[in-house]
Amino acid sequence: MSDTDKSRRKFIGASAAAVAGLSIAPGVSLLQTAQARPADQAASSKNRWGLLIDSNKCSSGCDKCVTACFTSNWVKEAHGPTDSQWIRKVDLKSLSNGKSHSLPVMCQHCEHPPCVDVCPTGASFKRADGIVLVDRHICIGCRYCMMACPYKARSFVHHPLTDQNPEVPRGQGTVEACTLCDYRVDRGELPACVDACNQEGNGAMLFGDLNDPSSEIAKRVATENTTQIRADLQLNPGVRYEGI
Amino acid sequence: MKSLVYREIPGRSAGFYALLGGLGLFVLAGLTAAYMMDKYGHIITGMNDQIVWGLPHVFAVFLIVAASGALNIASVGTVFSKTIYQPLGRLSALLAMALLAGGLTVLMLDLGRPDRVIIAMTHYNFRSVFAWNVFLYSGFFAFTAIYLWTMMERRMGAYKKSAGVVAFVWRLILTTGTGSIFGFLVARALYDSALLAPMFIAFSFSYGLAIFVLVLMAAYAWTGRPLGDLILQRLRKLLGVLVAASLYFVVVYHLTNTYFAAHRGVEAFILLHGGVYTALFWIGQVFVGSLLPLAIIFHPSLSKSRSMIAFASILVIAGGLAQMYVTIIGGQAYHLVLFPGYQEASSFFDGVNHHYTPSVPEFFLGLGGVAITGAITVVGMKVLRFLPESLDDQAVDPHAAAKPS
Repeated sequence: MSDTDKSRRKFIGASAAAVAGLSIAPGVSLLQTAQARPADQAASSKNRWGLLIDSNKCSSGCDKCVTACFTSNWVKEAHGPTDSQWIRKVDLKSLSNGKSHSLPVMCQHCEHPPCVDVCPTGASFKRADGIVLVDRHICIGCRYCMMACPYKARSFVHHPLTDQNPEVPRGQGTVEACTLCDYRVDRGELPACVDACNQEGNGAMLFGDLNDPSSEIAKRVATENTTQIRADLQLNPGVRYEGI
Repeated sequence: MKSLVYREIPGRSAGFYALLGGLGLFVLAGLTAAYMMDKYGHIITGMNDQIVWGLPHVFAVFLIVAASGALNIASVGTVFSKTIYQPLGRLSALLAMALLAGGLTVLMLDLGRPDRVIIAMTHYNFRSVFAWNVFLYSGFFAFTAIYLWTMMERRMGAYKKSAGVVAFVWRLILTTGTGSIFGFLVARALYDSALLAPMFIAFSFSYGLAIFVLVLMAAYAWTGRPLGDLILQRLRKLLGVLVAASLYFVVVYHLTNTYFAAHRGVEAFILLHGGVYTALFWIGQVFVGSLLPLAIIFHPSLSKSRSMIAFASILVIAGGLAQMYVTIIGGQAYHLVLFPGYQEASSFFDGVNHHYTPSVPEFFLGLGGVAITGAITVVGMKVLRFLPESLDDQAVDPHAAAKPS
């Protein structure tokens, strides 16, 4: 093998390692905050999973979080009126000073979720760790939760579905919403939207345990000026915003 | 009062079977619509992720609200001892159960998973107004059936008053529950009001009575039985009072809402610039459904005409459907405000009012519910003794009939 070939091989090998490192690093090293939970262990009320979204770091044209959510959860619909959107980018313009903001809105995983209160069968429920979910086995598709949610966070599956992610069961005629990627969180990974935002280098979304005073999210919520959407309703959402 | 004789509808007239056949066709069309919605999904309806309750809910809630109202004619006779209404008690109870059955069928078939309706009876979330309503509906059927039994079975007559009181109280709770389905929705500006419960009770009185008057007039006209002016004029005046009471609640409700700065946006939408919803409110609910029938009902000469009383009842029903459309769909069409003080825009239609065009299957599903109500009523009157043979003035109240007018 010639010296030229050797150096070419070295270069390709180093590049591949660098690319692999760059793509994996955000998920495993610096930004890894969650810890895996054994499959036989129930979610614990010691945790309260939440998100802190910094609208100053979120740009109007970027929808990586939305794309990542759709890809990860195999939500393949477009953006029509009957298509599911578990997360959406909302562009805001202040009516007083014209200042613009852009931020993702998804299920706010409330401490007192109206969707859970109104659900006749208990299909809408809150896990001990604060994640609000829909049990697709007992959802009868009455859509009362969609009437009750102040955040328009829920979608109804209007048509037959094929080709689903086994970890994210969905079903025609039932209601669905952001699960905070519970299956990833249970494995100790970040929700897909947060992961994508980090990989993009924006770092606008911080995931963590609001109940753990040593976590970055708890520290920032305690010290920085954060807001809740519709704070007047006193639902104590697990998703907080700053910069608006 | 001489003792009243109740009779089934005798004979096998072609008209009866034609009526039943026509209702059957609508029931079939409704079931076909429900089958298609189940097979292809709600994509074939006009509903979407913004307007999640559509035309089937308009029909269903209207029928359910009218059901409890239809029972009031019996209650006025039994609970408030107005003897002139007592001969109407049986039909009142039959119609109440038929209306509830029609409404619930539509509600059930509009579910995303109607095959799972049994889950609504095996899994309860006792914080849910919907779950309470499951008990309220079943209780209404049970208590009305018992009440009907005490009215139809001579040996049970001693319990009629108690059964009537229970059924009356239960119907008030039932409509409180129906109104609260919306009243408890704090997120949406048009709902979020305790006033919705008493307002729905007022609506139920007038819608139920309007339907009752029409069914009574049709039943007596088509079977050739005498129906006197005495009873019809009493029902007319009662309808006038109830329509006025409904209108009173509508005025107070919108006035209080307008007073809250946070609700002014949705009030402006419904009352001023909501397009079809504004038109349906002013023309449908207020003019056609309230002012016009009131003018007819209290007009010195028009009020004497039977066809005008029937027409006024039809107007009240049309206004009631318009009211349900405005309340249910208009309340969703107005956008949720997530960020007050900001203009909002997104791919999920934030910050804009939502569009809804009802589809043919939804329309037929709703009409199917009406047809089920009609079929139960017609078959009930045919096979059991619901209708007195005569409701002429002499039969209803000999003393009043003898008085010079």
